[in-house]
Amino acid sequence: MTSDRRFPVRLDLKKGAVDMSHGSGGRAMAQLIGELFQRYLDHELLTLGNDQALFTPPPGRLVMSTDGHVISPLFFPGGDIGSLAVHGTINDVAMSGARPLYLAAGFILEEGFPLGDLARIVESMAQAANAAGVPVVTGDTKVVERGKGDGVFITTTGIGVVPEGILISGDRAEPGDVILVSGSMGDHGVAILSKRENLGFETEIRSDSAALHELVAAMIAAVPDIHCLRDPTRGGLATTLNELAHQSGVGMQIREDAIPVRSEVAAACELLGLDPLYVANEGKLIAICPPDQAERLLAAMRAHPLGAESAIIGEVVEDPHRFVQMETGFGGSRIVDWLAGEQLPRIC
Amino acid sequence: MKYIDEFRDKGLARRLAETIAAEAHPGRDYRLMEFCGGHTHAIFRYGVQHLMPPNLRFIHGPGCPVCVLPMARIDHAIALATQHAVTLCTYGDLMRVPASERKSLLKAKADGADIRMIYSTQDVLRIARDNPDRQVVFFAIGFETTTPPTAVAVKTARAEGLTNFSVFCNHVLTPSALQTILSTAGPDGVQLDGILGPSHVSTLIGSRPYRFVAEQFGVPVVIAGFEPLDVMQSALMLVRQLNEGRCEVENQYTRAVSEEGNRKAQDLIEEVFRIRPEFEWRGLGFLPNSALALADAYADLDAEQRFPVEIAPAKEIKGCECPAILRGVKTPTECKLFGNPCTPDNPMGSCMVSSEGACAAYWSYGRFRATSTQPPALMLD
Repeated sequence: MTSDRRFPVRLDLKKGAVDMSHGSGGRAMAQLIGELFQRYLDHELLTLGNDQALFTPPPGRLVMSTDGHVISPLFFPGGDIGSLAVHGTINDVAMSGARPLYLAAGFILEEGFPLGDLARIVESMAQAANAAGVPVVTGDTKVVERGKGDGVFITTTGIGVVPEGILISGDRAEPGDVILVSGSMGDHGVAILSKRENLGFETEIRSDSAALHELVAAMIAAVPDIHCLRDPTRGGLATTLNELAHQSGVGMQIREDAIPVRSEVAAACELLGLDPLYVANEGKLIAICPPDQAERLLAAMRAHPLGAESAIIGEVVEDPHRFVQMETGFGGSRIVDWLAGEQLPRIC
Repeated sequence: MKYIDEFRDKGLARRLAETIAAEAHPGRDYRLMEFCGGHTHAIFRYGVQHLMPPNLRFIHGPGCPVCVLPMARIDHAIALATQHAVTLCTYGDLMRVPASERKSLLKAKADGADIRMIYSTQDVLRIARDNPDRQVVFFAIGFETTTPPTAVAVKTARAEGLTNFSVFCNHVLTPSALQTILSTAGPDGVQLDGILGPSHVSTLIGSRPYRFVAEQFGVPVVIAGFEPLDVMQSALMLVRQLNEGRCEVENQYTRAVSEEGNRKAQDLIEEVFRIRPEFEWRGLGFLPNSALALADAYADLDAEQRFPVEIAPAKEIKGCECPAILRGVKTPTECKLFGNPCTPDNPMGSCMVSSEGACAAYWSYGRFRATSTQPPALMLD
C-alpha cells in the first residue's frame, strides 16, 4: 500500500476502534475506506473512489437481490458475518439460475467496535468474493453511537445475468415434480447456536456457508428445465418448502428418512428441543424439477463438491390447502408447518 | 443417535401397533390422558395417533407449564418490569403468551421494558453480576423438573451475596392438578380410562406420588417416557391393565425413574421452597397445595415480596376454550377461535403459544386430517 500524506498516522488495526468520526464523511472516514475497505476489497471499480460502480451490463436478463446481515456471534465455526454476507447474496442471485456479476456492500458500524475485528471481517469478505469470482465494486459506511448497533451490520446487494432460455421461479412447482436437496440440513444454525455465549455446547459442526452459483451452473447445464431453486436459510427446509408450496399453489409430500441430517446436528437439536428441518442453512439449496429429469439432476448435483450429499426427498402433489406433509421416520405422518415466531429451546 | 434412534424404530412401532390393535377389545373405548405436553408433542410429531386402533384415543392433559400459567401471572410479570423497572428474565416460551388486553412480554419489551430471554438460570445470575446497579428478576416457571435449577440459582445468589437478584416464582406441582382433573371427571367432565404419567417429573419425585390416582380414583397410571415408542409401549401397558381389570401405577420409563425419585433434588427443593396454600392454574382454577414459593429463609429473594405491584383483574379472551382444553373436556378443534383467528402466529390463548400446547400441536402437525383432500395413507396398510 502506498503511503497517503493525508493520513500521517496509520489506522491502528490492532488496538483501534470505530469512532463517530469514521462515519462523518471527513478525513477519518476516507482513511477507514482507504486503509481498510479498499485494501482488502481490492477491485478497480472500488478503488476508483466513486460513489457508484460504472460497468457495461452483458446481454440478457439482469437479476438483482439484496440482503441484510445481522448475526450473533459475528465469528463462528466455518465463517463470519463477512463471508456470510458475500455467500448469502451470491446465492440469492444464483437461485434464479443467474451468473452473479458484482456485489455492493453497506456497513453499519457501532462506535467502539474494534478495527481489528472489522479488518478480519472485511478480509474474509474479500476472500469469499475472490474465491467466488464476484467482486465487491461499491459500498457505503455509516457509524452509529455505542449501544445503537450490534457491532457490525452488513447489507449486500448482488447483480447477475440469467442465461437465455432459463426460467426458474418459486411459482413453477407442478404436481408430479421431484424435490431435491443439495446436502445435510441445519449445519449453519447449529454451528451458530454452539457459539452463543449463553448456550455454548461442544460440537464439531461447522457452518455450511458457501457460494452456490457454480453448483447451480452445473445443474442448469445438466437440466435446463429446473422449475424452482431456493436456498433454505432462515426457517430452514420446512419454511422454504412452505414458501414454494404457497407460491406454486401445490402441496408437497416429503420423507423424513430421505432428508440428510448429520447425527451431530440431530443430537444438538434433540438436546435443545429444536427441529433440524427449521434450522438455518447457508450453503444448501432446494431444487424442484420434472420427474423425468430428477435422476440426471441428482447426478449433476452429486458430481459437484457442494452437492456431494444431494438427495431426492419427496414430490410435489396436488393440494388446494398447500400443505407440506411428511412421512415420519417413525412410520406416522404429519404436517410440516410454517415456523411460527422464532424456534426456541424448550423449558423442560 | 444412540439412545434416541432405538426409541423411534419404525419396525418396532409397527409391531407394537399390531399388538395394541390385537389386544384392544373392539367393544370398548380406551381414553388415555397424556398429562404432559411433551407426550402431546411426541404423539403429533411422530403421528402416533395414526398408529392406534380407532377406539384408543389420546386426550391431551394440562401438562405444559406455559399453558397452565394464568393470565394474571403474566400481567404481574409485566407490572414488575414496568412499575419497578426491573430487568425481567425468562424462558423464550413465555414471551408470546397473551396477557390481558392482548399484551405479552414480547410487546412489553417492544414498548421499552427491560425483558430478556434466557436459556438457563445461570444466564440470570450472570446478568445480575454484570449489572449491579439493576434489579434482576427471574420469572421462574415449570413443573417439578425445572425447580431444582431455580433452587440452585437461589442458593448461589445467597452464597455470592447478590443483592440485586430475586425470583418471581411460578413453579407448580403436578399431583394436585391430576387430583383436580380426576375429581371433576365423569359425565360432565372428562371421561378417562387411564393416565400416561409425566416421566421427567417422576425422575424427580418418583412414581409413588401418583399412587392416589389408582387407589383413590381407580384409574391406572403408567409413567411414560417421551419418545414415541415410550408412548406406544405405555399405551399397551394401560390397555393390558384395563383388559385385566388391574389398576396400578406402573413404570415404563425405568431407565430414569424409580419409585423414590431423586432424594437429593427433593431435599434441595424442600430447603429453598415452601408450598403455597393455593395457586391459580389456567383452566383448573385455584388449587390447594399446587405451587411453590420461596421458603421463609429465602424470602428476601422473593420478587413478590420485594416488589409489590398493583394489577387489575385479568381479562380472559372471550371465546377462548383453553381452560376446557386443558382439562381434556374439549379438543382444540371444538374451540371457535381455533385457526381463525387463533394460530401460532396470532395466539389468542396459551395452548396455541407453547410448542407443547395441545392447540399448537393440532394446528402445526395435525390440521390436515380435518381439511386435506388427500389424507396420507396409513403406514400400517
